[in-house]
Amino acid sequence: MEIVLALAIGTLAGSGIYLLLRPRTFQVIMGLSLLGYAVNLFIFGMGRLRSGAPPVIDPARGADPALYTDPVPQALVLTAIVIGFATTALFLVVLMASRGLNGTDHVDGREAEKQ
Amino acid sequence: MNWLQHLPILPVLVPLLAAALLLLPSETRRRRRAAMALAATVVQLVVAVVLLAMTDGRVPPAWGGEIGVYALGNWPAPFGIVLVVDRLAAIMLTLTAVLALATLVYSLARWERAGSHYLPLFQLLLMGLNGAFLTGDLFNLFVFFEVLLAASYGLVLHGSGATRVKAGMHYIAVNLVASLIFLIAAALIYGVTGTLNMAELAQRVARLDADGRTLFDVGAVLLGVVFLVKAGAWPLNFWLPRAYGAAAPPVAGVFAILTKVGVYALLRFATLLQDTGAPAPFGGDWLFYTGLVTIAAGSVGVLGAQRLSQVAGFLVIVSSGTLLAAFGFAGTTLTGPALYYLVSSVLASGAFFMVIEMAERDRKASADLLAVSFEAFGLQEKDSTEHPDEMGGVAIPAAMAFLGLVFFACVLLLTGLPPFSGFVGKFALIAAAIAVPPQAPLLHAGLFGAALLLSGLAGMIALSRLGIRVFWDSARPTPRLQWIEAGPVAVLVLLCLVLALDAGQSMAYFHAAAHSLHDAQAYVSAVLPVAGAGVAE
Repeated sequence: MEIVLALAIGTLAGSGIYLLLRPRTFQVIMGLSLLGYAVNLFIFGMGRLRSGAPPVIDPARGADPALYTDPVPQALVLTAIVIGFATTALFLVVLMASRGLNGTDHVDGREAEKQ
Repeated sequence: MNWLQHLPILPVLVPLLAAALLLLPSETRRRRRAAMALAATVVQLVVAVVLLAMTDGRVPPAWGGEIGVYALGNWPAPFGIVLVVDRLAAIMLTLTAVLALATLVYSLARWERAGSHYLPLFQLLLMGLNGAFLTGDLFNLFVFFEVLLAASYGLVLHGSGATRVKAGMHYIAVNLVASLIFLIAAALIYGVTGTLNMAELAQRVARLDADGRTLFDVGAVLLGVVFLVKAGAWPLNFWLPRAYGAAAPPVAGVFAILTKVGVYALLRFATLLQDTGAPAPFGGDWLFYTGLVTIAAGSVGVLGAQRLSQVAGFLVIVSSGTLLAAFGFAGTTLTGPALYYLVSSVLASGAFFMVIEMAERDRKASADLLAVSFEAFGLQEKDSTEHPDEMGGVAIPAAMAFLGLVFFACVLLLTGLPPFSGFVGKFALIAAAIAVPPQAPLLHAGLFGAALLLSGLAGMIALSRLGIRVFWDSARPTPRLQWIEAGPVAVLVLLCLVLALDAGQSMAYFHAAAHSLHDAQAYVSAVLPVAGAGVAE
């Protein structure tokens, strides 16, 4: 399970960084989103991977902490998802405004000169 | 007196409520909205000053001891989230409120109308700033960073226009990446230490085994990189001058404190981690040389910039570099003077961003920009004037003389010449650096002094060159000012003068702040009263 998660995070982060360095604003926003997914999975992984362990105390199971997974990273992931969602939406608006004002989707607001 | 113990939460709650309420009245009800925003900011200033007095013991504090701890929901520290007020936090809160009040009054004259939702965004920015200074929890620091950044994204685009959107997009992209790195760092640190509480973190780091320590160092380094991005350290600062130069002047004025949030966070973590050996970005040679290179890069930018607003942006970088170099210097005697310098440079840069807008007002470039943004929002009909530049109400006689004097004062402040506080700050920094040598190599003191003096010289050259171009331009009309535009700038400059005239007392306070800051054990035992005693060994 660990190796699968690690590979998934690595692939997402690698693709995200590649796209982030591309010159088109749409690629940048895709890159940011992919990086965001990678980071969210990473936070999730920091609570240690366990299957079948809920994060919230269940009266039927009892109060032994060994039966539960760490709830804090899951709460952090929720917050990070919400914040990431908001900032992506905002960046999308700026992207559209830049496209409208400059007539190009290049990140510098103008096309690079062709060699 | 029981309600006084709830004071530390007010700097977060008041702007949040004000921002929500400001969304209710329509944008045309200017007076009501202005009154609400002003009232909220004045309340924050009063609360900040009371907290400042309490942490210094001039007013009996509502809590025992120097450091106030506010447990949200009354959950005790390692489990609940805490706000912590010590001298440094109180200084930063007061500085934020003073700068915010000045820029808010200034922007009410006209800039507030250059776009929509200026006032609510402004309050949210203040909430993020205040929260970041108060919080005692790593993840909450992230949340407040996001709050202030989200508001700043809106504010940097205020007034719209192609230049702002272009500079704003780089600013937003860089800061979004920095936020992601912050998350990785916070998660890594939590994964290793099992806590996000900053005081408990300081304790647990000491008990890590070698593997855990390596992982923690990786997390801490990532955290340091994030703070250095916010602080505008070279080579992570290429977005800064353009974003600040393109932002509306009152926005740029209040942004003067944004880079100092990074510096503050760096200092806070460095002092908490110093007992266990803080990793590279938080102190020592590494930070010292980063600071020096930042000063150098900023000075080159200052000399090369063609517009005053860009010079102001590069001067912000120089002041950040000075602070980083001071914190990287061996020993702790530089912290007090560095805090004094921080306050003085924030007030001066805030005033400077506003005064250059007033001075350049009727000159072509900025007038064009303003006209475009007013047009875009269709505000001309409502204001019943043809040219927004002539809205200026009562023209102050000798406006040019006023502007010249204030500009001159700002130049003296930013380059560190007497009689203003910029001089006192730089003098105290160099004096402290020379006094340290038993612990630090002489080379460091020499480099530090040279960097400070040369950056001042570079600022002097650039500002006198551009100042001549702006003020001795015979073809220009006298700019029209309103009292509420000139007033705040004058107040900021006068505050710097007061800071210089009363240097003895204020420096004593900053030294006390530095002293209590470096006493990390006091912070830890204030936040964790029970556990703090046991781990002192």
